[in-house]
Amino acid sequence: MNWLLVVLGAAIGAPLRFLTDLTVQKRHDSVFPWGTFAVNVVGCLILGVLTGAVTAGAASSQVQLFVGTGLCGALTTYSTFSYETLRLAEDGAKFYAAANVVVSVVAGLCAVFMGVAVAEALWA
Amino acid sequence: MSKGVQQPRAVARPTDPDVDLAVPAQRREVAHGLGPVVAVVALGGVVGACARYGASLLWVTHPGSFPWTTLLVNGVGCAVIGVFMVVITEVWAAHRLVRPFFGTGVLGGFTTFSTYAVDIQKLLAAGQPRAGLAYLALTLVTALTMVWSAVWVTRRALVRRRR
Repeated sequence: MNWLLVVLGAAIGAPLRFLTDLTVQKRHDSVFPWGTFAVNVVGCLILGVLTGAVTAGAASSQVQLFVGTGLCGALTTYSTFSYETLRLAEDGAKFYAAANVVVSVVAGLCAVFMGVAVAEALWA
Repeated sequence: MSKGVQQPRAVARPTDPDVDLAVPAQRREVAHGLGPVVAVVALGGVVGACARYGASLLWVTHPGSFPWTTLLVNGVGCAVIGVFMVVITEVWAAHRLVRPFFGTGVLGGFTTFSTYAVDIQKLLAAGQPRAGLAYLALTLVTALTMVWSAVWVTRRALVRRRR
């Protein structure tokens, strides 16, 4: 059952990352990897809300496996994030490479804290 | 870092390993209908996420302790994507669904940015700001070092093989 929840979450999360990335690229022709940035920050926000909900006792371990481990885990990515950073640096876009690291980490953390705060306001 | 390494052919190297519309071949990939691509991304994502979940069961991270398992998973995923992307863009003319399945699906599903960020928040909330900052920095350094050295080593190995 636990594995099935992870499977279902990932089967939604991974295509969602791909389609979001595709949509963002179609709308913004930019060197900066906004697509990956978008999925990572959104995933952090959702996982933040979930973490807050779990702390408040409002989310079960099943929800945690489905939404957290499966969906958010597959929606967000570290491999694409680091490969893009490397490619930007290789192509001479050192500023963008550094900005990608700083902006992604800062925005990801802000999203988590916002998510936790929202969950606390709702369920605590 | 690619200086001194001869390119076998004029390749348009993608920046985004998932899908990069700046690369003509990848624009064609998605122009032929998204159905099969989305399906293999989902399948790959399931494989990757299950591998990550399996790792978390094997090496349990207890609340308040340093999240070594996530760090390891992300580090390994970054090393593998480095090797894979060099092979698939510079040597192997793979089927058009191979990169979406493995790069986007499996590796994207295996590694996680959201758990990384929440791990930091949890360490801070547990009153361990030093461990939180150390984990933040160590993951970044590990991931970037892994992807950089994997790309470098793979390119070197390919150059040597061609001689």
